[in-house]
Amino acid sequence: MRADLLAGPVEGLDEALEAVDAFDQALVAGLLRPQPAGTAGPTRLADAVLGTPLAAGVAEAAAKAAAGAAGEDHFVALAAARTALHGSVHDALLTRVDEAAGRQRGADVVPVAAGQPTANLLTAARAWLSDLARCGWQGLDHEVVSGAAEVVSAMLPDPSLRRLATLLDGFAAELAASCPGASLERFPLRRWGDLWSRGMLLTVPGAAVAPVTGTADGRLLPLGIDVTEHATAAQAQVHAVFEPADGSAPRLVRASVSVPKPDTVVGAGIWQLMRPHMSLLAAAGEGCSMDLTGMPVTAEGDLVWSDEHARPGEPAEAFATARVALPTATAPVTAPLDRHPARIAVPVFLEGYTTRTDDEGRLTFTVAGLDLVVDTDRIPAAGPLTPEAVAKSGACIGLIRWDAGSFGVQPLAVETTVRKKVTAVHAGAWAGGTTDKAGARAEKAATDAAKVLSERAGRLLRK
Amino acid sequence: MVPPARPRKLAKVPFVELADGRLQGVVSSGSDIGRVYVSSVATGTFAFACSTNNNRPCGGAHGSFCNHIGALINEAVLQYGAPRVVRYLKADAPEGDTDGAGLASAMRSTRPQADTTKAAASVFSRFLRHLAYLEHAPVTAPLPEMQFFPPTRAVA
Ligand SMILES: [Zn+2]
Repeated sequence: MRADLLAGPVEGLDEALEAVDAFDQALVAGLLRPQPAGTAGPTRLADAVLGTPLAAGVAEAAAKAAAGAAGEDHFVALAAARTALHGSVHDALLTRVDEAAGRQRGADVVPVAAGQPTANLLTAARAWLSDLARCGWQGLDHEVVSGAAEVVSAMLPDPSLRRLATLLDGFAAELAASCPGASLERFPLRRWGDLWSRGMLLTVPGAAVAPVTGTADGRLLPLGIDVTEHATAAQAQVHAVFEPADGSAPRLVRASVSVPKPDTVVGAGIWQLMRPHMSLLAAAGEGCSMDLTGMPVTAEGDLVWSDEHARPGEPAEAFATARVALPTATAPVTAPLDRHPARIAVPVFLEGYTTRTDDEGRLTFTVAGLDLVVDTDRIPAAGPLTPEAVAKSGACIGLIRWDAGSFGVQPLAVETTVRKKVTAVHAGAWAGGTTDKAGARAEKAATDAAKVLSERAGRLLRK
Repeated sequence: MVPPARPRKLAKVPFVELADGRLQGVVSSGSDIGRVYVSSVATGTFAFACSTNNNRPCGGAHGSFCNHIGALINEAVLQYGAPRVVRYLKADAPEGDTDGAGLASAMRSTRPQADTTKAAASVFSRFLRHLAYLEHAPVTAPLPEMQFFPPTRAVA
């Protein structure tokens, strides 16, 4: 990997993010009243998208917002402008990563699901997000925040609304933990701005639909598992190289499974909620390939997993895949609405680096002269991989990410040498089950928790 | 981001949360498996309430915290960590090494009043909502939004 290509400024990035920041600042006091003289806020967003197809709509929305008269459609327009700016940042950053990783990226067009009917729940979600924008982070109280609960509860049973439901659920929990807003000294402005605008855009009918554009037949070679979670949801995403049976070029794909969960099911307990729905978790955990037949896939390279289209294949060690197959694999495009720096997660294989841990425990890989911060906090507690193992490693399968202004790496697996023997340790090793003592204990605790709750639910829920 | 809850045994107190300006939750009855108590302590005033899910007042919650409320406070400290609970309740207890009993007695010493806001029904419905999270089917369509929610090794 040409890590040096990740260094250096990205042209236009600061300007784009300054406009984003100006808008985010306006959300502190909220958009209910006219913006104080001398503050740029929404106007900066409008200026930043001048000359784009969004310009007219955003200019109108910004003017209304500046006057304290913005309606819901105006909020959507502002969210769209903010998202478009992040889209441009995403594209510039991803180009850098592709150059550094020597990765070819496809040029498919991601189809848009047009003409979706407006759903009442989307309207309700938009109303809640609009309330937030009006009251501002400073005006947050339990009453405003709790407005999300009913919408989320109504959306969760419908899998087609899961994206928005899961986002709002995590966002509302975070806001609730910060109430009342008036007592907060600092706000996570960028983050809440991200969650707010993302939610707003997902209230546009059809925005959350990722159409299946084909099927995958061939061999799937797992690289590693990325786990994401908030209090009441978890997702496991397997990054893999797919070798088509027709002999065409191998490509990078993902396969995901996600589930809403009670906040008391934590750690290794999340695996048992997801495991029964994706045989790939066990295969990835055990270092096996899978053979796919007619597996639905989107233009973004997301397999829409269904066990009936997959059967266990030969053993396939992830580090062999990373050394041999990964360099030749092409990467998929990102759907227009998903273009955001937080979405950047490019699988890479790193070796020949030196590691350094500073006084604050921050781990850095020096790769080809460039310092890459290792995001050890992202290593899930529900697995055998530890920051210590990463610090002693000689090779790493990771995801290149961009956070807080710089590139870093999230380790998915490392090779360490113990008594002259090279051993691989995977973050997702417990996905299919584990005999590890700590892991088994955590699973048992989660089983017990789920059992108690199910028993309570059985007695109380349907009365 | 909010650090994840710490694992705890749920048999006695299946539900606890810091919400709506209260530490609130549901405590299993020791004698009747079909009955639960809905208990709460308000932020700042420590006004307390305890009643069954059928709205019968708890016999133990006359004048001060009953055992259910004591159990609720204990489990909240286990799940969220003492600092977060102390901060949320605005209790006059050291954030550091407070346990549930210490926190309860700190609040009790202010001679809190019974809560008259009748929040039990809403707490119970929040508990039912919580239980429903076990009933939602997993999906294998990707949730790109989860990229905004990385895991953390920090604990509450
Ligand atoms: Zn009681």
